[in-house]
Amino acid sequence: MESIIADKKTFKYAYFPGCSLKSTSKEYDISAREVASSLGVILKEIPDWTCCGATPAHLTMHILSIGLPVKILLQVKEMGISEVVTCCAACFSRLKFANDIMSKDQLHREMVSRVLSKKYEGEVSVRHFLDVLVNEYGIESISKKIVKPLKGLKVACYYGCLLVRPPEVTKFDDSEDPHFMDDLINVTGAEAISWPYKTECCGASHSLSNTEIVLRLSNDILRFAKESGADVVAVACPMCQSNLDLRQGEIEKRYETKINLPVLYFTQLLGLALGAESKNLGLNMHLVNPFKILQEKGLL
Amino acid sequence: MARTGVFVCWCGTNISATVDVEKVAEAAKNFQGVRFSTTYRYMCSDPGQNIIKQAIKEYRLDRIVVAACSPSLHEKTFRKCIEESGLNPYMLEIANIREQCSWVHKNREEATDKALQIIRLASAKVLRDFPLEKKFISVEKKALVIGGGISGIQAALDIAVAGYNVVIVEREPSIGGRMARFDKTFPTLDCAACILTPKMVAVSQNGKVVLHTYSEVESVQGYVGNFDVKIRKKARSVDLKKCTGCGQCYAKCPVKVPSEFDMGLGMRKAIYVQFPQAVPNVPVIDRENCRYFTQAGKCGVCRKICPFQAVDYDQQDEIIEEKFGMIIVATGFTQFDHSVYGEYGYGKFKNVITGLHFERMVNSSGPTGGKIICPSDGRDAKDVVFISCIGSRDEQKGMPYCSRLCCMYTAKHALLLKEHNPESQAYVFYIDIRAAGKNYEEFVKKVQDEYGAIYLRGRVSRIFEKGNKLIVRGADTLSGSQIEIEADLVVLATGLIAQADAPKVAQMLRIPYDKNNLFTEAHPKLAPVETITSGIFLTGACQSPKDIPDTVATASAASVKALGLLTQEKLVREPQIARVDAVLCSGCKLCVQACPFKAIEAEEIEDRARKQKRIVAKVLEGVCTGCGVCTACCRMSAIDLDNFANRQLMAEIEVV
Repeated sequence: MESIIADKKTFKYAYFPGCSLKSTSKEYDISAREVASSLGVILKEIPDWTCCGATPAHLTMHILSIGLPVKILLQVKEMGISEVVTCCAACFSRLKFANDIMSKDQLHREMVSRVLSKKYEGEVSVRHFLDVLVNEYGIESISKKIVKPLKGLKVACYYGCLLVRPPEVTKFDDSEDPHFMDDLINVTGAEAISWPYKTECCGASHSLSNTEIVLRLSNDILRFAKESGADVVAVACPMCQSNLDLRQGEIEKRYETKINLPVLYFTQLLGLALGAESKNLGLNMHLVNPFKILQEKGLL
Repeated sequence: MARTGVFVCWCGTNISATVDVEKVAEAAKNFQGVRFSTTYRYMCSDPGQNIIKQAIKEYRLDRIVVAACSPSLHEKTFRKCIEESGLNPYMLEIANIREQCSWVHKNREEATDKALQIIRLASAKVLRDFPLEKKFISVEKKALVIGGGISGIQAALDIAVAGYNVVIVEREPSIGGRMARFDKTFPTLDCAACILTPKMVAVSQNGKVVLHTYSEVESVQGYVGNFDVKIRKKARSVDLKKCTGCGQCYAKCPVKVPSEFDMGLGMRKAIYVQFPQAVPNVPVIDRENCRYFTQAGKCGVCRKICPFQAVDYDQQDEIIEEKFGMIIVATGFTQFDHSVYGEYGYGKFKNVITGLHFERMVNSSGPTGGKIICPSDGRDAKDVVFISCIGSRDEQKGMPYCSRLCCMYTAKHALLLKEHNPESQAYVFYIDIRAAGKNYEEFVKKVQDEYGAIYLRGRVSRIFEKGNKLIVRGADTLSGSQIEIEADLVVLATGLIAQADAPKVAQMLRIPYDKNNLFTEAHPKLAPVETITSGIFLTGACQSPKDIPDTVATASAASVKALGLLTQEKLVREPQIARVDAVLCSGCKLCVQACPFKAIEAEEIEDRARKQKRIVAKVLEGVCTGCGVCTACCRMSAIDLDNFANRQLMAEIEVV
């Protein structure tokens, strides 16, 4: 009886895709929606949403970096939904930061309400999709829906910086040794390998301004994942994905090495295990081709 | 009619620069009861005191106001001064016109006015002062030392050598404490056991000392001179008198468990002595692991084999009740648990160890026989990284304070590493090198210059395993570069913290402790081994992190303080204590709960007026310290503090 009630629990969230998921990482958006629909999680996109400010806003003007996310959070409030889900780690970080400040600091509340002409005190709760899947939907409920276990696939789960840091703001997983993604990957039937570079920086937005740094840092990450025996890297951030995937060819040239390590979103891997078609997961949208290894393992 | 004298001190220019002392003294003449007033450059000096004495004689003064510095500095001086002139020493009030006036104000006119107000208050209060008599209490001529580490041993020896009885209560099966686990000691490199064990033997052989090992203090009641203490002697399961320490029992015991003494690096039996030089050299049975106890009477090998019938499975805990005159607290420290540091592997990497592990490894009687190895596979450790300040100077995850000795023991470890494994290389990550002590800086220099330890100024951001190596990544802030070292072994210089049960011990002894659970001394400079509870003294690292020389010094200091009480026939108690007016007391017992010194009891009295029995509060004169908490909480105003009576304080308020 109880299990029937639990199954009927509705998972409905406001959904903030953010700019990346509409452009460079469309496959993250597609696969997240695919996963959500096959699990029965409702992601209701915020109508007429705007940019969260990402990295440029807080370099330009402090109040802008708080005001932009608050604008989005106010839209969520107007939808009559109390929780907003985002997939992008940078959006998550900005929304979380703004929410944290607005829930604590009167001065910021006054400054932002002057700009937006609306009051906001941190009422909306900001969740990352990974967090919702692992801690709300639950690993056990997901395990019941796995139809195509990803047997034999070794995955290096890479969290990057923004999901887990700073811990007092993100309050997400263990900041030194996170494991939410590992737990999720393990339930898909794949093996989340143990490796130490889970939270090392990939170089992030230095991709354009100081590419050399990104090449070095991303090379370290990819090299270590490869040495630790990974077949693919799983990520939860469009910025990390683009650095590790888009720049991989350049890294190989710069360091005269062969890496060839596909970098997939955790939603793509989960989607596969849930039985989604590969074309509905955007697996063809990566520069490092994942099909070969997935076929080798008999997963496609 | 009261005859008050007011004496205004200049304190050189400390007071006179801001306060017009002459004007104040002149104005004070008009206060009620004042018969005489004057000023002097230094009232606390001999000539100053003579002015007071002469004035008492000449003007037949019967109470005195001294307007000067804080009463915590010279109240005693002036009490003695007027006592010598035949007045009761408590017919004195100090008007603090220095700390509370001249030092904190700039405007001379306003400061002068304020000084006058302060003296007006004191003059009003002194009118209601009444003579108090000092109280005397007896002294039990025996000291209790809690903790049998080097500090407890030293304190007990000092007291015993002076000819007084002393009892040591030690929680572990043997005395010796932390020092017994160390290998060599900095900066002289003499072996810890070689200098400690003679003291352990001396203390056990001294006829004035009684050792209670494997025992704990269960409760402490009473007050200075008369502490009633309950000691729980835990069941050792081996008769202390019959056992000769032959060791046949633990040779044959079939159960092996990780040895706590060796930090889990080696094994011990279920019946065991902690280390070869243990005092007393009598084993103890660990009942949680012994097969006789876990498997209902099976095994029993040790009892069968003991040639002296010393093994006694039926032994019970024993409670000893004893009276002591004073207590020395030597409960020591424990080491910080580094498993809060995820970046160092949460304590999961086998080859990331603490300094105490290293001590056991490098010790020739330790679990590896003096070989410095990697615990994961037993290979010799070649590249060893030492990281200082683990849990110290870290407000986020550790303690805010510096543990004071980690820099030194890390330098010592780097030296010992090179001596044991000549092929090795030590790397030391540090924040600052704090080597303040005799020959300490020279020692660190020697380790760097002669033993080739590479010192890197910076923090380690992450350690991870790669194959059988540890990759240590950190910053060298002097060269401004990132560093990555492939290490065999990482040794964390974990800081010193208070014992887990320190707050419980402090509450039992009624001594204060700070936010880090370290016991608080009575004064950080002038009473470093005393506590505010008279008769209780502190020594060693329970008060703050200390190395061996400092620990031994405070041990001797504490024992001198204890001897100061032991040599007296009677102790003088200040008479400014609480007094209950039984007629007013409603017997609510709020004061009983409020008293931090357990100095108030509920007592049944015969109320003749109402012809019935009823409960009233009763102050234990020997225990009361006159703190005044009870008077503040009493709803009936039935408790008064002598010399700070409600009526006296009201008199002050009335003249404002």
